[in-house]
Amino acid sequence: MDASTIDITEEQLDAVFGALADRTRRSILARLAEGEASVNELCAPFAVSQPAISQHLKVLERAGLISRSRKGTARLSHLVAEPLKEAVAWLGGYREYWEESYERLDELLDAIRRDGSVPTDPGGSSS
Amino acid sequence: MTELKVTAEPGSHEVRTEREIDAPRDLVFRAFKEPELLAQWLGPRRYEMEVDTYEFHDGGRWRYLHKDDQGNTFGFHGVFHGDPTPDGMVQTFEFEGYPGHVSLDTAVLEDRGEKTLVRTVSVFQSVEDRDGMVQAGMADGMREAYERLDELTAKLIANS
Repeated sequence: MDASTIDITEEQLDAVFGALADRTRRSILARLAEGEASVNELCAPFAVSQPAISQHLKVLERAGLISRSRKGTARLSHLVAEPLKEAVAWLGGYREYWEESYERLDELLDAIRRDGSVPTDPGGSSS
Repeated sequence: MTELKVTAEPGSHEVRTEREIDAPRDLVFRAFKEPELLAQWLGPRRYEMEVDTYEFHDGGRWRYLHKDDQGNTFGFHGVFHGDPTPDGMVQTFEFEGYPGHVSLDTAVLEDRGEKTLVRTVSVFQSVEDRDGMVQAGMADGMREAYERLDELTAKLIANS
């Protein structure tokens, strides 16, 4: 019902939400929202081993939520914003649809009560 | 203006919504009943709304289209079950982009004097259908993820 729901595939959404279903991975993303980081830097706040963090980073990379690059011997992770924005757009669809509809209903009913008659459709799109 | 309340319990087939409207019930009912009024409020503003068929009685068919400015058309259709009244408007609902997945929707207009409480219940054929169609963001275990997503995207948007 929202154009954004058409653009994103079910598989992409599965990958994004699968990646987000883990608390540590969400924390990693929150950290990366502040800027790129190495595996060591990402390990620091967690009571988790470096291989475990590397594993989480692989899942995030597969979901398209981060990209990775090399700087000397360090591998840096960067947040990729687009899939998150798409996921949020997808989630917000239903609520947004009805919120906006009811706002328009408020305005329509106000106009009817004010003018005592049915306003003409500005879009002229009703049958 | 009051806030829209959306409830989608984890694992259930239902979505419930509640929204208070600052108008008497008979007027709100007209906005549901008359296609030329319905076309002026149902759906986001960015879509042009075309009511193709709207037989507001027992067994009557309805169909409307949302069109965006990219040339995309999103069609919806269904059938009214029982004569719709302010105490209950029951209809089936199917998104033509997701055919075969039908929900049963009931809307009730609760008289609150000068105001009206609109309550809706949509019952889907499966939890998957509900979560797929509804995009409500409340599926099992996902609540926190969504809150985090909000925080994250707020940061992302602030930084971009």
